[in-house]
Amino acid sequence: MSNYKVVHYINQFFGQIGGEEKADVPAEKRQGLVGPGLAFKQAFGDQAEITATIICGDSWFNENLELATKTVLEMIKEEKPDLFIAGPAFNAGRYGVACATIADAVQTELGIPAITGMYIENPGADMFREKIYIVATGNSAAGMRKAVPVMAKLALKLVKGEPIGSSAEEGFLPNGIRKNFFENKRGSARALDMLTKKLAGKPYVTECPMPSFDRVAPQPAIKDITKANIAIVTSGGIVPKGNPDRIESSSASKYGGYSLEGVDNLTADTHETAHGGYDPVYANQDADRVIPVDVLRQYEKDGKIGKLNDWFYSTVGNGTSVASSKRFATEIAGKLLAQGVDAVIMTST
Amino acid sequence: MKLELGYIDIKGIRFGDHNAVEDHVLVVNPEELLEPVLADPLIKTAHFEIANPGESIRITPVKDVIEPRVKVEGPGGIFPGVISKVHTVGSGKTHVLRGMAVVTAGPIVGFQEGIIDMTGVGAEYTPFSKLHNLVLVMEAVEGTGQHEYEKAARMAGLTTAVAIGELARDLTPDESVVYETPTIAEGYQEPLSNLPRVGYVMMLQSQGLLHDTYVYGVDAKRTISTLIGATELMDGAIISGNCVSACDKNTTYHHLNNPVIRDLLEAHGKTLNFVGVIITNENVYLADKIRSSDWTAKLAKFLSLDGAIVSQEGFGNPDTDLIMNCTKLENNGVKTVIITDEYAGADGKSQPLADADDLADAVVTAGNANEMIVLPPMERVIGTLNFVNKIAGGHDGSLREDGSIETELQAIMGSTNELGFNRLSAR
Amino acid sequence: MVKEIERAGIPVVHMCTITPISLTVGANRIVPTVAIPYPIGNPDLSPEDEYELRKKLVDKALLALTTEITEQTIFE
Repeated sequence: MSNYKVVHYINQFFGQIGGEEKADVPAEKRQGLVGPGLAFKQAFGDQAEITATIICGDSWFNENLELATKTVLEMIKEEKPDLFIAGPAFNAGRYGVACATIADAVQTELGIPAITGMYIENPGADMFREKIYIVATGNSAAGMRKAVPVMAKLALKLVKGEPIGSSAEEGFLPNGIRKNFFENKRGSARALDMLTKKLAGKPYVTECPMPSFDRVAPQPAIKDITKANIAIVTSGGIVPKGNPDRIESSSASKYGGYSLEGVDNLTADTHETAHGGYDPVYANQDADRVIPVDVLRQYEKDGKIGKLNDWFYSTVGNGTSVASSKRFATEIAGKLLAQGVDAVIMTST
Repeated sequence: MKLELGYIDIKGIRFGDHNAVEDHVLVVNPEELLEPVLADPLIKTAHFEIANPGESIRITPVKDVIEPRVKVEGPGGIFPGVISKVHTVGSGKTHVLRGMAVVTAGPIVGFQEGIIDMTGVGAEYTPFSKLHNLVLVMEAVEGTGQHEYEKAARMAGLTTAVAIGELARDLTPDESVVYETPTIAEGYQEPLSNLPRVGYVMMLQSQGLLHDTYVYGVDAKRTISTLIGATELMDGAIISGNCVSACDKNTTYHHLNNPVIRDLLEAHGKTLNFVGVIITNENVYLADKIRSSDWTAKLAKFLSLDGAIVSQEGFGNPDTDLIMNCTKLENNGVKTVIITDEYAGADGKSQPLADADDLADAVVTAGNANEMIVLPPMERVIGTLNFVNKIAGGHDGSLREDGSIETELQAIMGSTNELGFNRLSAR
Repeated sequence: MVKEIERAGIPVVHMCTITPISLTVGANRIVPTVAIPYPIGNPDLSPEDEYELRKKLVDKALLALTTEITEQTIFE
């Protein structure tokens, strides 16, 4: 029962057709295993079996990307496998791109778990590491003996639907999804190890690469502020007293929209903060210290601005993920547009 | 400075009609020990409960965890400037009641007190599940402001810990370890002069009342970066008055047992020369952040450091202090490793830090605090479950009908500690 | 959040204390504020002075919204 059917993809070199001079051979399918398939057979034991191997020239694949993907995908489909394995490709660039392209297509188009392996600097790694599991290997075929058991183990977990651990535990290239696990040493000792390497000029690997944030072009300025409808949005957690929507004090899962109609000034009796990341006393005394309702209302009366929008929107920025904030803001922006808002004052704590 | 720590192993706690440490068991007479706590007019009720490793017990909301110690030789006393008189500590001899802690708990002070489970999956994430805990459960008089209540609870915990530490004054330690740090001049003599000069930059949470740290009794937000001896921390020179998220606040227990200091002292004279500790705050004003990180880098330069480890406390805007400290150290030629934790969302897909710089290329992470965990129901609750939905990391519906709790790791005491106290990490 | 609202076509001014974070995450119009727990207030001031302070900060925000920019700009 537990004998899963596997299709294996390799290039012309590992398929023992030939080297660079044979890199333009089109894809062909053979029954059973070929070349590195033997190592996988040993790693799988009786749990899975390679029933077919696809061999394809690296140049042919990359020069005919669409056709090649389609052709290989068709060959895989015919086999109705439970699992697909490509490579490992080590540092062979075109081979790596081919392995990752096919594995990604198998996963998304056929819905079959797929995995490949390659060296971290292989161009295929950066292109696909966030889409499929790519096991980290050495930079040459000498790394085969080490790579195959890791790939086989992860592949079996995938096909069985078992939980997948962090990249460091499972041996795949970091895929942008942060996952917790227990290291062998405590953090302070790991910091000391890393510093020792850094001081000695030896290579070390950061446990958390610096995040990158995208950019958006600035909107044009407001031409006539005395006609503009200005809305307030805040991540400082200002809510009507009692926090009616129960916005969380940290890691907020929601935001609230609240009316400002007839409100000239926020007071300790009307508004408070739900934010758990800063001392709440001052905001609770006077929430105008976080969102300037009093001033904007006065400016509206004085004709300095067109209007203070009837609704303000609020969430708690404390520990709230970028993905959640993004979702809130997109929804809020939709509402603001519908309310005819011209500009937004966003305050953060 | 030279400090000898004499460890007295505590293997159990029981209530009795007197206070003593007998045959590795702490005997507590609650009435006597509670007297000074209840003397504070702000504390309405207080009582003790005992929680041992492996018992089906949930303690929440927890405010601080404190290891009892007593100064038996040398100047000063434990928690100088707070409980003992101001006097430079960190030399002589100190006895430590190892394997136990005083835990303060009770109705909420801020949003951010946490959970300690003594068994089950949650216990794996908190170091305090391995201790015999004497839990001081307190309730404030109605109408007490958050700030006053925080202070009352803080003082009650420290007072109790010192009273218990006192019981170990005349005992013979099970193990003694001597910690010694050199002067600058000694660091330039053989054999230390051949080793890289390494410092420790310790960031202290100082975001305002309820998010504070005290150094010899001084509120850290009113300080500029300064030097402190590694052994001074072992005598309680730094204490927590901190209600930031339970997962990455440094409790007083952490300050007393700072793992970066321990590991650097362990390596001192072998692979490196541990030159000193720089403490620096994490204030709410941008000018303060700039000034404090400037001073950190300047002090590191005065000390001619080759390398430094920086530990953070908390998250969010302190990420800016962390990045400023790191980049300014690196720009001064100090090779730097930082210890932080992450808020990458429950799915792990979001940016893990609020601020970033390419110079921060050597990061140790204590894990993603947003990761979800389900804590099984416990037979006994010390404190109250009334606030589980409200504490940082919890959400409406966190507490389920059967008593189990679905929450972020954030709510578990010390789970993603940024001193590197634990083995938890993330990739 | 600032970026998503701006992306939707509404100009935003970000009033915040820790401007480095605002710059890192990518806000375009930034007005530095007082302190994290009270960005546009100051409990140490009299109510009148505090209101004046808030007016000044709001004025800066309005100036930011009416100023054409091509790159991330802090309105000190």
